[in-house]
Amino acid sequence: MEVLKIATAGSVDDGKSTLIGRLLYDTKSLTSDKLEAIENKSKQLGYDYLDFSLATDGLVAEREQGITIDVAHIYFSTANKSYIIADTPGHVEYTRNMVTGASTSQVAIVLIDARKGVIEQTNRHFFINNLLRIKTVIVAINKMDLVDFSEERYNEIKADFEALMSKRDYQDQKITFIPVSALKGDNVVNKSEKTPWYNGETLLENLEGLDNQDIFNAGIPRFPVQYVIRPKTDEFHDFRGYAGKVYGGELSVGDDVVILPSQTKSKIKEIHFYDKKVQTASRRSSVLITLEDDVNISRGDMIVRANDLPVVDKQFTATISWMDSQNLKTGNKYVVQHGVNKVMAKVERIHHKINPDYSGVDDTVETLAINDIATVSFKLNKPIFYDAFKAHRTNGSFIIIDSKSNNTVGAGFIQ
Amino acid sequence: MKDTSNINPLENEAIYIMREVAAQFEKPVLLFSGGKDSITLVRLAQKAFYPAKIPFPLMHIDTGHNFPETIEFRDRLVKELGLELIVRNVQDSIDDGKVKEESGRYASRNQLQTTTLLDAIEEFKFDACIGGARRDEEKARAKERIFSVRDDFGQWDERNQRPELFDMLNGNIELGQNVRVFPISNWTELDVWSYIQKEEIEIPSIYFAHTRATFLRDGLIWSADDAVVYRDEEEEVVERIVRFRTVGDMSCTAAVLSEASDIVSVVQEIRDSSISERGARIDDKRSEAAMEKRKQQGYF
Repeated sequence: MEVLKIATAGSVDDGKSTLIGRLLYDTKSLTSDKLEAIENKSKQLGYDYLDFSLATDGLVAEREQGITIDVAHIYFSTANKSYIIADTPGHVEYTRNMVTGASTSQVAIVLIDARKGVIEQTNRHFFINNLLRIKTVIVAINKMDLVDFSEERYNEIKADFEALMSKRDYQDQKITFIPVSALKGDNVVNKSEKTPWYNGETLLENLEGLDNQDIFNAGIPRFPVQYVIRPKTDEFHDFRGYAGKVYGGELSVGDDVVILPSQTKSKIKEIHFYDKKVQTASRRSSVLITLEDDVNISRGDMIVRANDLPVVDKQFTATISWMDSQNLKTGNKYVVQHGVNKVMAKVERIHHKINPDYSGVDDTVETLAINDIATVSFKLNKPIFYDAFKAHRTNGSFIIIDSKSNNTVGAGFIQ
Repeated sequence: MKDTSNINPLENEAIYIMREVAAQFEKPVLLFSGGKDSITLVRLAQKAFYPAKIPFPLMHIDTGHNFPETIEFRDRLVKELGLELIVRNVQDSIDDGKVKEESGRYASRNQLQTTTLLDAIEEFKFDACIGGARRDEEKARAKERIFSVRDDFGQWDERNQRPELFDMLNGNIELGQNVRVFPISNWTELDVWSYIQKEEIEIPSIYFAHTRATFLRDGLIWSADDAVVYRDEEEEVVERIVRFRTVGDMSCTAAVLSEASDIVSVVQEIRDSSISERGARIDDKRSEAAMEKRKQQGYF
């Protein structure tokens, strides 16, 4: 069964957790013991209605403060599909979590409070989803019950959001607007009788109808070697296979390939998936490849089709999202992890930083603070084999690791 | 394999994670409890490295209160697959005075496992421990990373976790730290059962309906094994047809009434179920934050 990953974003009190709780409740994904816990807690807190956010806020501090701190993963399924929701908080200081959630998702739900309309946070959520080239965005205009399910208000917000869309960089994004009340359940799973003016799908109907082929960006096949398998047993005496995951497209037995960085040419001899041999390895499958020739390959090398070479270079420029409390400075050195490949990198230049309100750029900065997004050039100690992010979501992205703390301190999207 | 819809994205993700562990760490270990999740991990590890053997040992932290069926199963599996098994006993930690056995109605060795586990990690200098925890099990686990860094004391700092982007896994750690790795993070209980069915993976018999001496407490069905589980005299022992949906220590795992005696009916039962898996975990009922607290201390 196909698994669809969804990132949700909204500001504090937009009702994001409630929306997720509602999705779980109306798809009957909440088990009776969990539901009972929510009922008891809601009663204990003196609420008039069930607080579904109690289903998702997992940490003590979150329940105390009534906010979502970290990315939580929530699971539900229908007869059609399995869904994973990456629930990310909307506070200013947690931009890094939004980027993280969006990086593994194919769909984003942006929540807007119908009373407040499009606010700076909405701008940020939309910008991040656009930066990460999330193909499908659902704008859920929530709390419609508090604006009397007004069509006029809905259209006003829609028009404001469309004004944001005109500024976007990634124009292929598909955007759908849905008026909902997560609290009362209107247009989430079940169609609302209170919005006769809305002829579109409910949120779940929309998710169910998404075409998988369309959502998963196809591209050129890339095979970064994760691990070399040499059994050294009597049965597989001279066996030498390259384990890895196929990204972007398919690889087949007989394909002419080039191994990077050595530029050696060979041909795919066999493709194994466990104890079976297959003719073609589809995208996102974890396989084992053997080659016709005896080539020296190690982890971090990349097998690509001979006529589809990526860029091989010791420098690149990327949009980066900085995630650490220690600032990034021009001249600093970090580890860049590009797929399974780790190299040393030096910050050559910060070209410009995107203003926090996305009104424009600041091209005079020398440092980046947590949650900043900027265009930065890096110089590497060894070449990597990359594609532009807009052409290849996997092979165009990387993470930045601080070699002192070992923390992941940033993520980047190669231009 | 040509058609993308035929591949199981969760299986492929888990295989990818297994290979990252083998490549990024010096001394990984697979934590094996004899439960369905860790049995699934063993199959995934086989798939990740075939035709080579699994390049790390299994380790079982034995509370001494396991279901005998689980231990028999463990020993047979290890023998059949030619795997290396390390066993460390909670009883030894008790005898050494490192932990104190709980007493009373709800006494369990479940929490005591943490000390034995942390000692074993130090003893063998393991830098990566692969476990079968899933994010759908419990809400503190929903916040867990795939590579989750633990400090020298084995502790989880839930508010200071590394972001995980795309499928890039950062396994860089300092000496003394270790990483808990969760390859089936994104699987649900039903995903695990469906996989066991599809792959025809053998699992211990206690997962299927059987007759067992049991008693009722707090609405849960407890196994009546007086050597391990404390029982009041008024808690009457009755034979019931039950099975276990989750298998941990005998003192913290409740049974469910079930007639499901084969994998097909078990999968159907899970599909129709309105109770969560951890609803049968007595250890989680201690408080709303029971799991979060145990995780901070180094529990799985």
